[in-house]
Amino acid sequence: MQPLVSIKNVSISLNQQNILSNISFTIDTGKIITILGPNGAGKSTLVKLVLGLLKPSNGLIVRKKNLTIGYVPQNLQIDKTLPITVKRFMQLNPTINSHNIEKMLHRVNAFGLINKTMQQLSGGEMQRVLLAQALVKKPELLILDEPTQGVDVNGQITLYNLIANAKNEFNCAVLMISHDLHLVMAKTDEVICLNKHICCSGTPALVSNDPEFIALFGRNAANQLAVYKHHHLHQTNYQGRIMLPNFGAKKNV
Amino acid sequence: MFELLLPPLLAGIILSLITGPLGTFVVWRKMSYFGDTLSHAALLGIALSFLLNINPFYAVIFLTVILAVGLIVLELQQKLAIDTLLGILAHSSLSLGVVVISLLNNIRVDLMGYLFGDLLSITLNDIYYILFGTIIVSIILYLNWNRFLFITVSEELAFSNGINIIKTKFILTLLLALTIALAMKFVGALIITSLLIIPAATARCYAKSPEQMAIFAIIIGIISVIGGLIISAYYDSPTGPSVVITNAFIFILSLMISKIFKLSNS
Repeated sequence: MQPLVSIKNVSISLNQQNILSNISFTIDTGKIITILGPNGAGKSTLVKLVLGLLKPSNGLIVRKKNLTIGYVPQNLQIDKTLPITVKRFMQLNPTINSHNIEKMLHRVNAFGLINKTMQQLSGGEMQRVLLAQALVKKPELLILDEPTQGVDVNGQITLYNLIANAKNEFNCAVLMISHDLHLVMAKTDEVICLNKHICCSGTPALVSNDPEFIALFGRNAANQLAVYKHHHLHQTNYQGRIMLPNFGAKKNV
Repeated sequence: MFELLLPPLLAGIILSLITGPLGTFVVWRKMSYFGDTLSHAALLGIALSFLLNINPFYAVIFLTVILAVGLIVLELQQKLAIDTLLGILAHSSLSLGVVVISLLNNIRVDLMGYLFGDLLSITLNDIYYILFGTIIVSIILYLNWNRFLFITVSEELAFSNGINIIKTKFILTLLLALTIALAMKFVGALIITSLLIIPAATARCYAKSPEQMAIFAIIIGIISVIGGLIISAYYDSPTGPSVVITNAFIFILSLMISKIFKLSNS
């Protein structure tokens, strides 16, 4: 099947500074890809490239025709002088009817917030509303930029479950930037470890053993990831997918 | 007396229909310095119109639109901080305008009138211009309202919902430039921005939705125009500044009312 987005040898420089170089990967339907990387690794830039907000300096990004993308930005700061309720926020895209909006807010457990102003929301509430906003379009690709920033642990678990459920329901692909290694990994199909270039990529189990990953995140983080090895295999087997024994971490130099 | 006040009253009320809603965007998007730059450049437009002997109205529109386009392009380059650029452009164009006007020995120009507005010189012809311009700006504003709001909430989200950000920003800036050109004669280059931001800021005290804020800003704008003209007529004070003072008075009053209301609520 044709990938939703394929990124081929993409590089980008902003203000003569090299932000990303030689990035290649594909985003396929039904897959969850997580991007990990230290601060300044170019994670948000990569997301903006996939969205189309930025154009690559070199290389090619091919999107499926009429690809619907649901986007959850890192954090949404709406100016205090702008009085806007959750309901009005959800209606900003005029093609979406209010019945679907209410249904989606119910799904992310945010219906009670519908008449609150956006500025009144807590971190977790805001992220759920943003998720509803992204999902109400029935996206083929859901892109999330650090969706759990400023959200407490319980909220994080809720959010990851919502994302996983949404993926199953809409059969969409998920591209996500995340810091929390151990929460994300259980549901991730592919981890891309980014530091201005792709250091390594593959299943969480394999990335955790990659020397470059260990060098970047330290042994501790690698061990955290390794915990998932089991978890991940179980889950995958449970879903009846075939595990390839040599599904190795692809190396990009 | 009334006949003297009727044209400025009409002009002020018509202008409030667009300065209110556009002012909300100036407040939300923190564009007040931007408005200042455009309005200061408008004075240069007036100066050039005398120099080249063309209709000042067209000259101002031409110059503000050119400047608006230039600013958008410069903003895209992101070489210098935008407020630095605006500061340079605002004051150099204002100064150039004043210098050019002072060099025009053969024509007597009422500089004060262009800096602070000359409401009482508004003629029926001016009102036609203002009415025509207001209708065009309102239609474009109405058609693009949701898109403007979306890019104000988040450009990235707007983009992911299929909105062309540069085009939308460009239209909004163009409307702002047109409105400033229209309002130039009413309140003058130095205080146009206040006509945009004070009613909108006041409306914020009462509004529960973006649309409410725009409508309240229109109403507050109209009340200020009427109040300012009455003050001006009674005390023979300059009309433009009188309108701005009325605006500011309502703003302070609203701020106090909303503070008291909040205290009694909690």
